[in-house]
Amino acid sequence: MPGIIGKKIGMTSLFTADGKYTPVTLIQAGPCVVTQVKTVETDGYAAVQLGYGEKKLKRTTKAEAGHFQKASTSPKKKVAEFDVEGVSFNLGDTVDASLFVEGEFIDVVGTSKGKGFQGVVKRHNFAGVGGQTHGQHNRARHPGSIGAASWPSRVFKGMRMAGRMGGNRVKIQNLIVLRVIAEKNLLVVSGSVPGAKNSYVLIEK
Amino acid sequence: MSELIKFLEQESTEKRASFPKFQAGDTINVHVKIREGNKERIQQFQGVVIQRKNPNTNGETFTVRKVSNQIGLERIFPLLSPSIEKIELVRRGKVRRARIYYLRGLQGKAARIKERR
Repeated sequence: MPGIIGKKIGMTSLFTADGKYTPVTLIQAGPCVVTQVKTVETDGYAAVQLGYGEKKLKRTTKAEAGHFQKASTSPKKKVAEFDVEGVSFNLGDTVDASLFVEGEFIDVVGTSKGKGFQGVVKRHNFAGVGGQTHGQHNRARHPGSIGAASWPSRVFKGMRMAGRMGGNRVKIQNLIVLRVIAEKNLLVVSGSVPGAKNSYVLIEK
Repeated sequence: MSELIKFLEQESTEKRASFPKFQAGDTINVHVKIREGNKERIQQFQGVVIQRKNPNTNGETFTVRKVSNQIGLERIFPLLSPSIEKIELVRRGKVRRARIYYLRGLQGKAARIKERR
């Protein structure tokens, strides 16, 4: 399944051809440059490495600069690897939004927005305490019991508790490509996509 | 808003501009595409505009009220829906508010709206 690196532009909504009003995300998909082609002979597996987003040469390490030099391209901000099932790429090729066709199902990977330290109600969808009365004091959004006393007399590993939320790698599956605007390298994708505006996302076929 | 989002919404902006300007109190005739099996035909719905919601967004809707056989009928249309073929402005009405819900409680002569000129 090949893919492409993109940038989340933002969300809006529109009517699809069958008259349904759908929320959509706009993604700037590419143009990406093939910075490395991995083959079974040399690397043990087949893949293609793409680069996206311009980076100043001054801010590039010499090792990276050399790597991009090999593909005879400028340094890129974001580099990611994709499968090459059924497609062949050459070093230095450009890959753009025309990789996708309208109506196609795609997966989008991104880093979700960081939410900071959150309680169990927001973080794990706990219901909280039902009401305000009947002896409840200040525990409306508390987790309740986290274990029993005599057995197991400990808290099980993985018990869902409050903590840092968001900022994880998240993949949203089976989004539909509603429109491909090839000349501007734009993808219009149904539904939402993880991450903030202007954050990098990986779009996989 | 991002330039690229504006670019995407250009179509809907143009479509919005292609409709006549109408507001609450106006009488309009909406031509709606109706699908019956494989056949498509156009149905007209004429009535008074009661409200326009979420103006200047892609999700803008308007409510049209008509009284048919002493039964009040209200239909909500998304302005940019592809099933809307045409909107005709029949008569402009003079009302003092943007949402004329009070019309629902009125009948006959009382439910008339003065024409705006």
